[in-house]
Amino acid sequence: MKPVFMTYTKKDLINLAVCMILSVLIIPTFIKTEYWYTSILIPWLCLALATIGQQIVMGYTGQLALGAAGFMAAGAFAMFNLILRVPDLGFVGSLIVSGLIAAAFGILFGLPSLKVRGIYLMVATLASQFFIIWMIDKFGWFKNYDSSGIITAQDIVILGKPFTTPLAMYFVCLAVTTILTLLAMNMARGSTGRNWMAVRDMDIAAESMGVSLLRTKVQAFAISAFYCGVAGALFAFCYLKSLEPVAFDIKLSFKILFMCILGGLGTINGAFIGAAFILLFPVLLNAIGNNVFHGAIDATIISSIEQVIFGLLMIIFMIYEPLGMAKLWENLKQIIKFKLSSSNIKKFKSLKKT
Amino acid sequence: MAYERKFKIGKPILEVNNISLSFGGVKAITDTSFNVLEHEVRAIIGPNGAGKSSMLNCINGIYKPQQGTVSFRGQQIPNITPNIMAQMGLSRTFQNLALFKRMSVLDNILVGRKLHTKTNFLEVALQLPKVKKEEKINRERSEEIISFLEIEDIKDTPVGKLPYGLQKKVELGRALATDSTIILLDEPMAGMNVEEKRDMCRFILKVNDELGTTMVLIEHDMGVVMDISDRVVVLDYGKVIGDGTPDEVRSNQKVIDAYLGVEH
Repeated sequence: MKPVFMTYTKKDLINLAVCMILSVLIIPTFIKTEYWYTSILIPWLCLALATIGQQIVMGYTGQLALGAAGFMAAGAFAMFNLILRVPDLGFVGSLIVSGLIAAAFGILFGLPSLKVRGIYLMVATLASQFFIIWMIDKFGWFKNYDSSGIITAQDIVILGKPFTTPLAMYFVCLAVTTILTLLAMNMARGSTGRNWMAVRDMDIAAESMGVSLLRTKVQAFAISAFYCGVAGALFAFCYLKSLEPVAFDIKLSFKILFMCILGGLGTINGAFIGAAFILLFPVLLNAIGNNVFHGAIDATIISSIEQVIFGLLMIIFMIYEPLGMAKLWENLKQIIKFKLSSSNIKKFKSLKKT
Repeated sequence: MAYERKFKIGKPILEVNNISLSFGGVKAITDTSFNVLEHEVRAIIGPNGAGKSSMLNCINGIYKPQQGTVSFRGQQIPNITPNIMAQMGLSRTFQNLALFKRMSVLDNILVGRKLHTKTNFLEVALQLPKVKKEEKINRERSEEIISFLEIEDIKDTPVGKLPYGLQKKVELGRALATDSTIILLDEPMAGMNVEEKRDMCRFILKVNDELGTTMVLIEHDMGVVMDISDRVVVLDYGKVIGDGTPDEVRSNQKVIDAYLGVEH
């Protein structure tokens, strides 16, 4: 019998090694401009993490939820208050606890999923978005009674060492994202992920196999909110460096939803691809506007074009490739592999003839 | 049957007592009772709309009957849900295929191992040694079922892409993976050609013979039913009109009338 169980294949380990070398060695040595870290790489990692959270609940468990930014806000403000009020917890401890606080909100707002589904669930989960933001605005305690509306995030200190340069913050985000991504992959490939997907594909059959719908759905919402909470804390502390509820509005929730769909529902790497695309696309459009048309096109028009193209892409992907860019990437690899192998066959044949 | 059975037919394992189910004003099942003996192959037959699938859904807890009870191993089950029945050792397949379409054949069958998976999500996330051990056992059992059903070559294919006959096989495999004591099969041979039907019969009998699993099946093909089942219950308009061995049922006047029509 063939070896029937292996968590990671050789290919996975190679992929992981390539990603790690790229992100730990190559990027820091070749990219020196702060702009890349503060405006692209850090938000990319944070949003990719939030998108993994969205993937777990929407891509894997099939629950149409729209409130990722609300959970991110919960995580971010929990982090602020924990560092402020329980300094003994440390940065890493606070990060975990703020994730758990967001998870508690996830459980609360995941409960409607037991009774409603589809678009109705989407509306129900929108409540989390509005409720959490409202709560933070309404009760001054969450903002430490700051009247200005925008609070500066505390500096990141891990084990007594400050992490304040863009590069250091990039490494903090990278470490957290890498660990949580690996954990998410383990869950998605293991029995936990199979339960999620079973609930997504056919809930009655899943229940008849002994999968508890209540437990599985609530678990997915909790884990999803944990990821969003941690991502929100990193987003506020490493990227925005400030805390304001407005930063976590419904637009961000939609952005994460788009990243999830464009990246490919039910894939972990799709979260990274989708986040990169949505973050980089406006940058690319601006660059084209500036360099090709030399500023002849107004910035507002460019941002409108951006919206139009996103909308179009969403429709195109929904119709032609529901599995998103992750699937396109897979297909591309297959094609390259096939081309290589067919050219090998030709070589072999020509050798045979001579 | 002439040959000696490894698992002798025993006491009643599942009893359905006076079940009545109606949807609004439409009565699907009226005051129906029958039992299933341990290790037997029990068929439920009847014309279209006789309430056969509704019956299975009542046993399995998908429908809640207005009246009547279901007992398992002599113990009445108060609040039946599919989940509770699965935990008690009752698995099933569905009439209109309820597979996890985007998952591979192997993953579908692995979901059937759910009740043999005790580790929680945190342990899975951290890939603790006990998770690996458990996963290995579950995968080995699933591979066994896959080779038993002779579907090794499609085990990594997403189920949604498979033809109907194979999907039915996978569904049987998923039910087998639960290691249940009873499996309910809702029209396991519907829409199959003769050869596929013969294969499916072989698997059903083999499972019953080798593992002693009690099989309850709904089937339209009378020939098949009479060949493979030990006892048959006949439903018509939600009522039992015949119950007994295939030969008894075949000679029952009521059954003949229900199937062939009565002269007026």
